Amino acid sequence: MPSALEGLGSRGVSFVVKLGGMAIMLGRFVVSLKSIFRSFGLIVDQIYVLGVQSLPLIVIVSIFVGAVSAWQAAYQFKFIGAPLHYIGNAVGKAVVIELAPVLSAIVFAGRVGAGITAELGTMRVTEQIDALESMGISPIRYLVMPRILACLVMVPFLVIFANFVAIIGGLVVSVIGVDVSSETFLAGFRNSFKMGDLINGLIKAGLFGMLIGLVGCYEGFHTHGGAQGVGKATTTSVVISSVGILVFNFIFAVILFRI
Amino acid sequence: MTTPLIQIQNVHKAFNGKPVLDGINLDVAHGESVTVIGQSGCGKSVLLKHVIRLLEPDQGHVLFDGKDLGELDSRKLTEVRKRIGMLFQSAALFDSMTVAENVGLGLKESQQYTSKEIDKIVTEKLEMVGLADAADKSPAELSGGMRKRVGLARAIAGNPEVLLYDEPTTGLDPITSDMINDMIVDLTRILEVTSISVTHDMKSAFKIANRIVMLYEGCVRFDGGPDELRQSKDPVVQQFISGNATGPIKVR
Repeated sequence: MPSALEGLGSRGVSFVVKLGGMAIMLGRFVVSLKSIFRSFGLIVDQIYVLGVQSLPLIVIVSIFVGAVSAWQAAYQFKFIGAPLHYIGNAVGKAVVIELAPVLSAIVFAGRVGAGITAELGTMRVTEQIDALESMGISPIRYLVMPRILACLVMVPFLVIFANFVAIIGGLVVSVIGVDVSSETFLAGFRNSFKMGDLINGLIKAGLFGMLIGLVGCYEGFHTHGGAQGVGKATTTSVVISSVGILVFNFIFAVILFRI
Repeated sequence: MTTPLIQIQNVHKAFNGKPVLDGINLDVAHGESVTVIGQSGCGKSVLLKHVIRLLEPDQGHVLFDGKDLGELDSRKLTEVRKRIGMLFQSAALFDSMTVAENVGLGLKESQQYTSKEIDKIVTEKLEMVGLADAADKSPAELSGGMRKRVGLARAIAGNPEVLLYDEPTTGLDPITSDMINDMIVDLTRILEVTSISVTHDMKSAFKIANRIVMLYEGCVRFDGGPDELRQSKDPVVQQFISGNATGPIKVR
């Protein structure tokens, strides 16, 4: 089956080329940070558009993430006969360590990663990126750096909100649906809470944010083929970011939580 | 003999293994107004993008004012690009900005002008293209011809020495096309710039050029004045300028 092997080989080669291209873009992003003060206005704009405007979506998602974790925890506790006053511990650990960073990042990839790729991809196919270059303006400084930086800063910020709102969601479900008092829930949460878990979650969130921004910009910059190309690049961006978040999350878990 | 301002030396470029430029040589002197003609897809725009290093040759060199563009670092390349203005085929206006912001962007980002100076230059350039009252409009509100004129105002905002026009009249009605041609002729004369335009619109080519270069199968097929082009005995050249479907040129 030489053709199937050839197909696999060429996909492998394009994947390696893509990884190399992203590494080069990351390097150029780091170099462009020397112009951070010059691009301050652009960065603030992106922080607002990409980060602040994502807050309502993150809040809604987080309420239900907290609510379903409390409900599922209660269901499982009843099933194995565990005391329900541990529900605050379970919800707190699950939210702070995994659920808030990972689910917020995946939702952010769907909203913001897709948006970045669609915007930059359209700019690429309509020659707007070429126009910037022709005017002596670096597209990396003008377009890429503000977006990656905004993602890097805003995903951890959104995760802080997500943690808070998810805990409130869990608390409400515990009080109304599971018959655990708010004092018991919060005592359990306080007992299990470790500042290290929160910080690890925020570091993870920052790296997820950088991944989303980098993939979004890379795919946008390498869009070709008109409207169909923009659609394809946007889908690829969300798929790579989401899978990347889950893969990196597993790597973090193995590094941070030694069994 | 003075060195030509732009030297394209044995440039080869292929996309996905398919050669588009196959050893192009072209010198453009200071003050010349060169028009590159040829079939759609023959590599005219690709050639133009090499002049400002938006594309890099697979083989060969492009020199600007004696300097090989391929050897310039990003700072020096930026300096060269500031000496060149380009009007893109689709005008390539930034959707998120107003007309005035589009025209003033290059000046603002160069950090060499105060906002008052930028406003003055933007108004002056928009007046030159007859769009002073469209400054606060967004590109989406403009017609095709108006977008091209804003693109033109943006290209001349930094007082470049060279203007590159990529299909300046494509997609426009004959009257608007003629107006754009007149504008290009006037601007080239008033601003005393060197210009290279790419087109397949013969009326436009004859109007704006003092030298016409025809590309065919990746190479320069004709290089001379408009009158020489009209009198050329080459059947390929004759078929192209008369616009016949039958002849040696294969329609893609």
